Amino acid sequence: MEVPMIEVRHLKKYFDTPKGLLHAVDDVSFKIGKGKTMGVVGESGCGKSTLGRTIIHLLESTDGQIFLNGEDITHVNRKKMHEINEKMQIVFQDPYSSLNPRQTVEEIIKEPLKLSGRYKTRAELNAKTEELMGLVGIDERLRLAYPHELDGGRRQRVGIARALALSPDFIVCDEPVSALDVSIQAQVLNLLQDLQQQRGLTYMFVTHDLSVVRHISDDICVMYLGQLVETAPAKELFAAPLHPYTKALLSAIPSTDIHSKQERIRLKGEITSPIDPKPGCRFAARCPYACENCRKLQELQELMPNHFVSCCRAKEINGL
Amino acid sequence: MDTIKKDALLSVRHLTVEYTSEGEVIHAVNDVSFDLEKGKTIGLVGETGAGKTSIAKAILRILPEPPARVKTGEIWFEGRELLGLKEEEMRKIRGKNISMIFQDPMTALNPIMRIGKQIAEVIRLHEKCSKAQAVQKAKEMLEMVGIPGERYYEYPHQFSGGMKQRVVIAMALACAPDLLLADEPTTALDVTIQAQVLDMINELKERLNTSMVMITHDLGVVAQVCDSVAVVYAGEIMEYGTKEQIFDHPLYPYTKGLFGSLPDMNDDAERLSPIEGLPPNPADLPKGCAFHPRCPYATEACKQAHIPLTDMGGGHLCRCCRVSEIAKEGT
Repeated sequence: MEVPMIEVRHLKKYFDTPKGLLHAVDDVSFKIGKGKTMGVVGESGCGKSTLGRTIIHLLESTDGQIFLNGEDITHVNRKKMHEINEKMQIVFQDPYSSLNPRQTVEEIIKEPLKLSGRYKTRAELNAKTEELMGLVGIDERLRLAYPHELDGGRRQRVGIARALALSPDFIVCDEPVSALDVSIQAQVLNLLQDLQQQRGLTYMFVTHDLSVVRHISDDICVMYLGQLVETAPAKELFAAPLHPYTKALLSAIPSTDIHSKQERIRLKGEITSPIDPKPGCRFAARCPYACENCRKLQELQELMPNHFVSCCRAKEINGL
Repeated sequence: MDTIKKDALLSVRHLTVEYTSEGEVIHAVNDVSFDLEKGKTIGLVGETGAGKTSIAKAILRILPEPPARVKTGEIWFEGRELLGLKEEEMRKIRGKNISMIFQDPMTALNPIMRIGKQIAEVIRLHEKCSKAQAVQKAKEMLEMVGIPGERYYEYPHQFSGGMKQRVVIAMALACAPDLLLADEPTTALDVTIQAQVLDMINELKERLNTSMVMITHDLGVVAQVCDSVAVVYAGEIMEYGTKEQIFDHPLYPYTKGLFGSLPDMNDDAERLSPIEGLPPNPADLPKGCAFHPRCPYATEACKQAHIPLTDMGGGHLCRCCRVSEIAKEGT
């Protein structure tokens, strides 16, 4: 089998808080194939952003292993870290706060190029900067503009150019279009897809917007309170969700189809606290199918080819 | 749309709102007219900066003046013209007959005041009742939105985002208003919580026969709660019709573009068809049709004259001079 671009095994990220240990990412395992897009969905506070940041070492993992192109990169020294940073990049959610307001567009894009030391002369640097700006569709005349002079869509393009500067293999896109209006959102999504095709990029696409994730992903992971509850190829997940939470999540999307009455699964209650959670399924408190067994640790089981679900009653509920 | 409809609860006529900023005049709302009947919901759909919120704020007369100014227009509500009312009279209407749900529940609540007291305050202000009665009513309102009455004494930071938004809704509905202005009430919420809140709004609306102006950029939300839809672009209503007219037969190129920009859940299009370009600068609106610089169908005529809203049949209004040709092209 081909070596996946990214693989995580039993990855955990806990935060120490005054109230106790916050289990932001709890025992998550998955693989992302080369040139593929893995969508990670879940509601706010489910740990999807933390997961992305932990993989690219913006946060130190608590436990588990991370592999980049088959190589274990969980614990690395500074020198190695630099190497990894060139291969893994991130596009942040908020293009307003992730760009330095006192740098021009050109300076923002140039910074990683300078730091890499790959470009010796100023002419080389300028040429590369220009190339990157062209690649993401930022007009040459905006070279000296500051972020506050740009609209959200263009700012996000600058963020993408910066992430692409060192030709990474893997990019974490952390809600890259959530802050944008629909018409602009579609432009940026198309850009990301074009870049992926041209350069064979691998994406991890973190979002709470389910229609976006279905559009852009090959595979999807659904997270709930730090746990991976289901993972499957995108189309299959939407056509036949197996986990009760995924079912509820998908049925809650307001449909633009005005003629067929939408059958919603109404969840009771709110997301519980991820601080010192009890063992077992964290969705059990809101789950209409919860039983005694749900309090025990749930195993991710493959119920259909490549379709994994972490629910002890999934077989029974779905009549498999 | 010049005559005031008799059965309309709310009639907005030729509303124009401007902001003045550093000597520039920003044309936020331009000649907007619409009617809303009792018990019905109209959706105002558009992108950031299209002027949707300014319309709602003008109705409630809470625009920050200055820099904002209602230049022209009339707002008729239950037979009275609101823009001409004295501030004292308007204050009696605000919160009692018309109330508003704000977009961000985190900032709409007073952080140092108990949740229940914030609701009781509205009741005490508008209804003749004792303090104890107001407290009782506030607790009932909390229960109605699915929050246990004993949480009356808690502070906003003790509530989750979805619960805060429900408190804001309870507050807006406390005096059973005739008209509810909902400004992106679910945008800050997660989908499962959004579904709960939308269900609740629909239920309450039915029970209390409240009319609603729903401001949103989410066409899915519009499909769930609205009866009619007005598409707002650059401060103007570009297309207006029943939900069925707009969703089944969108006519205006911008409306079509909005639908094309949405990833379709049931369709496997490889690429989205976005609207090219950017919304216009409201301080410097293009001449003619405000959408022409982004419109794939624009001709010379679109750049020249301002285009009126035209009835395309059955009350489906559209502000486009090429609409019948575009329909024939079938694209």
